[in-house]
Amino acid sequence: MAKILADKRIETKHGRSRPVAKRHMPWGTWALTLNAIFVYTFLYVPIIVLVLFSFNAAKVGAQWQGFTLQWYNELFADARLGDALWTSLKIAGLSTIIATTIGTLAALALEKRGWRGRKAFDTGLYLPVIIPDVVMAVSLLGFFTLAFRQFQALLGLNLAMGLWTVIISHVAFNISFVTVVVGTSLANFDRRLEEAAADLGATPWQTFWKIKFPLIGPGVLGGALLSFTLSLDDFVVTFFTRGPGVNTLTTEVYGRIKKSISPEINAISSLMLLGSTILVLTSLWMQRRRQA
Amino acid sequence: MNTPTWAVELDHVTKEFRGSTAVRDVSLKIADGEFFSLLGPSGCGKTTLLRMIAGFENPSSGDIYIEGELMGETPANQRDVNTVFQSYALFPHMSVAENVAFGLHMKKINKADVATRVKQALDMVQLHAFGERRPKQLSGGQQQRVALARALINEPEVLLLDEPLAALDLKLRKEMQLELKSIQQRLGITFIFVTHDQEEALTMSDRIAVMELGKVLQVGQPTEIYERPKTRFVADFIGECNFIDGTVMAVENGAVTLETTGGVRVVGTGMFPVAAGDHAVLAVRPEKVRLVEGQQPQGTNVFAAIVERVAYIGSDTRIIVRLPDGSPFDVWEANTVSTLDPNQYYTAGDPVFVTWATQNSLILER
Ligand SMILES: Nc1ncnc2c1ncn2[C@@H]1O[C@H](COP(=O)(O)OP(=O)(O)OP(=O)(O)O)[C@@H](O)[C@H]1O
Ligand SMILES: [Mg+2]
Repeated sequence: MAKILADKRIETKHGRSRPVAKRHMPWGTWALTLNAIFVYTFLYVPIIVLVLFSFNAAKVGAQWQGFTLQWYNELFADARLGDALWTSLKIAGLSTIIATTIGTLAALALEKRGWRGRKAFDTGLYLPVIIPDVVMAVSLLGFFTLAFRQFQALLGLNLAMGLWTVIISHVAFNISFVTVVVGTSLANFDRRLEEAAADLGATPWQTFWKIKFPLIGPGVLGGALLSFTLSLDDFVVTFFTRGPGVNTLTTEVYGRIKKSISPEINAISSLMLLGSTILVLTSLWMQRRRQA
Repeated sequence: MNTPTWAVELDHVTKEFRGSTAVRDVSLKIADGEFFSLLGPSGCGKTTLLRMIAGFENPSSGDIYIEGELMGETPANQRDVNTVFQSYALFPHMSVAENVAFGLHMKKINKADVATRVKQALDMVQLHAFGERRPKQLSGGQQQRVALARALINEPEVLLLDEPLAALDLKLRKEMQLELKSIQQRLGITFIFVTHDQEEALTMSDRIAVMELGKVLQVGQPTEIYERPKTRFVADFIGECNFIDGTVMAVENGAVTLETTGGVRVVGTGMFPVAAGDHAVLAVRPEKVRLVEGQQPQGTNVFAAIVERVAYIGSDTRIIVRLPDGSPFDVWEANTVSTLDPNQYYTAGDPVFVTWATQNSLILER
C-alpha cells in the first residue's frame, strides 16, 4: 500500500500535478487551446482543401462536382511535367551526393578538438540554416555573376548559368543541414568504441570504416534524405540561379499558376506533398532507429 | 646470464593533464604470468596508468616497456596488450561472435581458423549459445564475459582489466572472480587488474600496488599489504584498522612503546625507524583485538572500555567500544558458537577490557 502511494506521488511529480477533481478549465488553458486550434486550422485547412480539389471533377471554380482521377491521368501524360520532374531529380540527386560527402567530412572535422578557427567554422556552417532563402538566392546570383566576370577577364572563359549553377547552389545550402544531422549522430557516438577497436589492432582507417561509419551511417543517410527533400522542394534558390531552359517541378508549377490555378496544379502539389512527407518521415525514422 | 624481462615495466612514469598530475613518478615491474592489481581510491590514477600501458595516452615523462620493449609513442593498435574496458565497449552493430572475432580479423587470420577460435573463446566464457545475439540482448554479466572473450582471443602477453566487475551484482561478481582467476592461471597471461574493491584485490592477486594521489605507496603480496602495511593510509584503506596516536617512549628488539596523550602505554612491532620522542601511531586490526569481561587481564596493551554499539553480521559480531579518552575502537569477534541467547552477546554499556598481542599491532608513521 505504501509503495502504491509512493508511486502515485512520483507520477504526479513528473506529470505536473493537476487537481484531480477538475470542474472547469482555467482561462489560460482555454486561450492556449484556442490558439492551438487556430494554428492547426491555418496550417492544415489549405493543404486539405488542395488535396481534396485535386480530386474535384470541376475544371474551374470552387464547387465540388464529384470525384475524379482525371487530373492525375493528365499529369502522367504531360511530357513537359515529366521533363521537369527529371530535372528536379537530377538536381536533387547530384547536390545530395556532393553535399552529403562534404557535410559529413565537415561534421567529422568539427568533432576533432583543438584546431584554430573551429568555433568560427561551426557558427559559419549554421548560417544557411537561418538566413532567408531569398537572401541566399540573391547572394548566390551575385556570386555567380561576379565569378563569371572574373573568369572572362582573367581566363577569357565564357561561362553561363545553367543546370550546374543550380546544383552548386543546392549543395551550398544543403551542406549545413547534412552537417547538423551528422553532427548529432556523432555526438551520440561512444568514442570508447574507437579505443576498443584500436586496442584490438585496428588501424585508424579500419576503425573508421568498421566501427564509426556503420554507427553514424543512419545519421548520414538521414542527412542525405533531408538534403534530397530540401532540394526537391526548393523554389527560390532554383529560380534565381538557373540558366535558360532549366525547369524543375517547382518552377514549372510557378509558371503554371501565373496563368490560373488549375486542378492539375492541385494534383502536382498533392503528389509533391506526398513525396516530401514520405522522405521526411523516412529520414526521421532512420535517425530514430539509430538511437533505439 | 640473461637479464630477466618483465611483462610490463614502468620506469619513473608521470602523467600530467593540464595543471593536474594524475600519475606521479611510478616505477613498477610486473612479472610474466602475474596477477597484478592496482588498488586505490577514486581518482588516484589507476585508469590513467592502464591507459598509458594500453597506448591511449602517452606519459608526460618516464618510460614504459612491454616484454622488454620500449613503447615510446607506439600506437595502441601495435601493442601486444588487450583491454577489458569498465564499460565493456562492445560494438553494438555486431553480433557477439563478430565482436569476439574482431581482433583476429584485424590480424588477417583466415576465416576457418577464426571460426574455430571464436567457438573456443565463447566456450571458455560459457556463451556458446549466444554467438548470434547482439550485445544489447545480453545481461551485464554476459556482456562482461563477451568483453573478456574479445580480449583473450588475441592471446595477448598482457591483459588490462579496468574494474571489469564493477557493474555486477555480488553473486555474479564472486563467480566471475573465480572464473577470471582460473582463466588467468590456465592461459598464463599477465593480468593487470584495476579495482577499488579491496577484498577482490586480496583474494585474486599475486601482488597488489596500493595507490594514492597518483603515487604508488606500497607493492606487495596480499598478506604483506594486509598484515604489514607500510603507511597509515595503506592500513586504513585495506581492511579496517584502529589507530592510537602517541609519543615513542622506548624501542627495544623491534618492539616500540608509545605513550598516548592520556598517559596509557601501548606496545607494537616497529615497522619504520623511530627514536624516543618521535610521534608515531599504533595500528591494530579489529579482528586481532580481544574483549575481556570481568577481571582486568595481565600484560601490555590493555584498556578499560565501554561497549557502545553491537552489530551482529552473521559470521562476526562487530563491537564498537569507547576508550577512556573517548575515542572509538573497533573489535570483531567471530561467532564461533551458535546461539539465540542475547546474553551471549555484548550489550551497550557493558564495561570491558580490550587487549591485543604486541606482534599483532604495528607502529607506523603518524
Ligand atoms: N583526460 C583527462 N584530462 C584531465 N584530467 C584527467 C583526465 N583523465 C583523468 N584525469 C584526472 O586524473 C586523475 C586520475 O584519474 P583516473 O581516471 O586515472 O582515476 P581512477 O583511479 O581510475 O579513478 P576511478 O576509481 O574513479 O576510476 C583524476 O583526478 C582525473 O580527474
Ligand atoms: Mg578508473
